[in-house]
Amino acid sequence: MGIILELMPQIVKAFGETFYMLIVTLSIAALLGIPLGTYLYLIRPGSMLQKPKIYLVLDMLVNIVRSFPFLVLLVAVIPFTRFVVGTSLGTTAVIVPLSISATPDFARLIEQVLLDVNRGVIEMAEASGANVFQIIWKVLYREARSGMVSSATMLCVSFISYSTVAGLVGGGGIGDFAIRYGYYRYQPKVMIFTVVLIIALVQVIQTIGRSVSHRLDKRI
Amino acid sequence: MIRLNDINKTYETANGPLRAVNSVTVNISAGEIFGFIGFSGAGKSTLLRCINLLEKPDSGQVFVDGEDFTRLQKKELLKRRQKIGMIFQHFNLIQNATVYQNVAFPLEIAGLDKKLRRERILHSLETVDLLEKETAYPVKLSGGQKQRVAIARAIVTNPKILLCDEPTSALDPQTTQSILHYLKRINQEFGITIVLVTHEMEAARKICNRVSVMDGGKVVETLNMSESIPEPQSELAKFLFVNGGGI
Repeated sequence: MGIILELMPQIVKAFGETFYMLIVTLSIAALLGIPLGTYLYLIRPGSMLQKPKIYLVLDMLVNIVRSFPFLVLLVAVIPFTRFVVGTSLGTTAVIVPLSISATPDFARLIEQVLLDVNRGVIEMAEASGANVFQIIWKVLYREARSGMVSSATMLCVSFISYSTVAGLVGGGGIGDFAIRYGYYRYQPKVMIFTVVLIIALVQVIQTIGRSVSHRLDKRI
Repeated sequence: MIRLNDINKTYETANGPLRAVNSVTVNISAGEIFGFIGFSGAGKSTLLRCINLLEKPDSGQVFVDGEDFTRLQKKELLKRRQKIGMIFQHFNLIQNATVYQNVAFPLEIAGLDKKLRRERILHSLETVDLLEKETAYPVKLSGGQKQRVAIARAIVTNPKILLCDEPTSALDPQTTQSILHYLKRINQEFGITIVLVTHEMEAARKICNRVSVMDGGKVVETLNMSESIPEPQSELAKFLFVNGGGI
């Protein structure tokens, strides 16, 4: 137990870095991914604003970015990262590839959740004279809100895992800590302790996400 | 009130083009309850959706109060739709909104002042005897209650026209009676013109002033129901009448 107590400050720091990466990444993914996902939904063939050609291009783009293994993406976007944050090393620098990876993921999840919204309710809104903007805010997001929270929760959990790769470019975080102290320094106790912490973190995120999603859902 | 002039609508399907509506001309007078009846696939729902341009006819005109809807700009059309209520077979309530919020929806869309909304909404709910369900969510309601909320929502903007797309087809016979009763009452009390699409002769017979029988996208015959015994001419109309209870 002594070793863990000794490393406590580093563990706390690593946790802080992980939270920092997650919060900024998810905020950017939400800010860009929700509009992108909504737009994809709207321009789908057969949907409200159908624009089949733009859809084809955007759809493919989303698929391409999502196909990249995160490690490859991390390296591939280094020039862009350097351009945006001035450096390709460190926690802030990792946020760039994390966000690039998370945005199309979130967009796709949002598109799927919106597709589950009952077409009849949308038709009702159209019959009431609602414009597209009103349909999005007053119907689509209202009906899809619990699914959107579930998607965000899912994304959050996957990106805890992605953020562990950040260590490669000096990004820090709890996963990086586990590798450096637990694996490279042959301290299995530290490794186990860190993994347990990560499991607890995922549990907490999942529980909060589920409870919020459930509270927003009035269909059951 | 409503004049459908030579409406045509064709869909492209996997099995080639399908003429859903074939040269239909109908005049619906103010204050009447007008029915369209026929088997499924006869084109009656498509025709109903042409009235508020949820379906854009390939050719023909839709006159409402003398105004040709097919020539309106999108923005104008949205305004006109705010004055036409609509109810559906599956009610189409917003599941994550309370009864009150559902009825409030068309007023929000119309941009009515928040302070003025409450009275209108309560009056609407009172009309369908659902005042006590104000704070309930749709999932807690029975089918009949859901359709009554939908009716309250459809009439909250004081529309002149109410479009009903198979409003009783998902309901049991008893609830059907109750919904028909409310529709009739709304028609009489507020003078709202009702267009009713149904495949149940019983519903048409009960509240309609006139009924158009549709088959294969065409109006086969229009019957005047206020005559003591309407005399159907076409085979289909005769069949519908003989099987009076429904199809």
